[in-house]
Amino acid sequence: MTETLIWTVVALILVGVYLSWTAGRLDRLHTRIDAARAALDAQLLRRASVAQELATSGVLDPAASIVLYEAAHAARQAEEDHREVAESELSQALRAVFGEAEQVEAVREAPGGEEAAGELAAAVRRVPMARRFHNDAVRAARALRRHRKVRWFRLAGHAPFPMAFEMDDEPPVALADRPS
Amino acid sequence: MRIGIVCPYSWDVPGGVQFHIRDLAEHLIRLGHEVSVLAPADDETPLPPYVVSAGRAVPVPYNGSVARLNFGFLSAARVRRWLHEGTFDVVHIHEPTSPSLGLLTCWAATGPLVATFHTSNPRSRAMIAAYPILQPALEKISARIAVSEYARRTLVEHLGGDAVVIPNGVDVDFFARAEPKKEWSGGTLGFIGRIDEPRKGLPVLMRALPKILAERPDTRLLVAGRGDEEEAVASLPREMRSRVEFLGMVSDEDKARLLRSVDVYVAPNTGGESFGIILVEALSAGAPVLASDLDAFAQVLDQGGAGELFANEDADDLAARAISLLGDEARRAELSERGSAHVRRFDWSTVGADILAVYETVTDGAASVATDERANGGLRARLGL
Repeated sequence: MTETLIWTVVALILVGVYLSWTAGRLDRLHTRIDAARAALDAQLLRRASVAQELATSGVLDPAASIVLYEAAHAARQAEEDHREVAESELSQALRAVFGEAEQVEAVREAPGGEEAAGELAAAVRRVPMARRFHNDAVRAARALRRHRKVRWFRLAGHAPFPMAFEMDDEPPVALADRPS
Repeated sequence: MRIGIVCPYSWDVPGGVQFHIRDLAEHLIRLGHEVSVLAPADDETPLPPYVVSAGRAVPVPYNGSVARLNFGFLSAARVRRWLHEGTFDVVHIHEPTSPSLGLLTCWAATGPLVATFHTSNPRSRAMIAAYPILQPALEKISARIAVSEYARRTLVEHLGGDAVVIPNGVDVDFFARAEPKKEWSGGTLGFIGRIDEPRKGLPVLMRALPKILAERPDTRLLVAGRGDEEEAVASLPREMRSRVEFLGMVSDEDKARLLRSVDVYVAPNTGGESFGIILVEALSAGAPVLASDLDAFAQVLDQGGAGELFANEDADDLAARAISLLGDEARRAELSERGSAHVRRFDWSTVGADILAVYETVTDGAASVATDERANGGLRARLGL
């Protein structure tokens, strides 16, 4: 009788330790998502800022300036549920404006343009990077959260179900091209 | 930035991953970062000042060959001490799925971790069995890097998630500026790699050689790399054996000079390649390249734009293309020029900037890397002891 009791207690403790470890794992994944999301926000904001700066600098022709300004402004002001669309539209605007290598050259030749072009090139390269890291963390967390043990014991607590950030982040060819 | 890099394979054994880590560490140090590399090494091996030894690696059969790996209680303790003393802003783990220091570091660390996946093995039973063990460790990695689009595809297929593609780096100018050597040029084919490793493809080249010599009898094949030379030429007719020159193991300088001198560099590898750094080195030196059409090779060679491809393991195709290349100087010059332009994207200046961009993305606002107390000491803390 006592033996059965002891074994039951041992089994319960083991289950408890395992669940606690899993909760820790999940907690760490949520922290990772938060950090990745913050990094993605920072990169998106950086990209929109550089685009807006270029649009108002007078280096581009008026039509290109307006298109780029509109898109960059919309991306910065977008509400959370409209963000993915607005950022995708900024990607499209950037591709339209900087589709030709000549346009990038023109920016580089303007005073201070070399720096601006470099910043924009870095920004359009880092956005897809940050987004991949974010979505990778989201996928790992979702895989774990779908698991029975997590659902039955509500190990995720009140944390919202993580959502991937889906957008068109294809950089303009003329900017993404590596030095040759 | 304080950067910790983990090398899974023995520092004293030359290999692609080790060279990559050495070059990366030295590139980052030149840029003014503080770098510490944790690697398995024998106690007697002289190590560069930035390498910390994690003890002697044990040879074990793994993944089709004998690998020298570090595992066990002592290694885990050394990893924890290195992490604790280093207080790194970011730790960059190489090959985190191999049962060595990389996996131990994943297990023991918490904070911004970056991992590079070098190999792209087909899904193995061991991997499937190990998946539940690997997953909790791998999900700590904040940023994954794959060395090629091919490596990324296999990674996504096996482990899920995603990765950014950053190729391995090469010091392009080191190869581009090497002095060609007279006795190595003039109708020469070059091969660099382990002679006794069939996957490097020397047997395929040996099968093609009689045909090439029948057409162009002045051709010489220069082979650099260790292995049994007698055995390598055993399949050749006796009178042709003198056309093959073995150079043994060559220094980095001689490798660059060899690549600068040969008329055609041949890479007949039959598989197991996820990147092909030797092709990048050959392109850097301006050597016209003829390589097997492995996924990874085709990608490095821009789908045939920067070098010629032949059907993998097809000695006849290899021979035909080698003959036509050896006889066509204009085509060789064209390949050399296109290769030299294409290879700039693999230069450390570009690759290093991309890797630093990854570091900066994951460290943005994150705390430094610490030892994970949950991993083994955590239980006591949790039970309040």
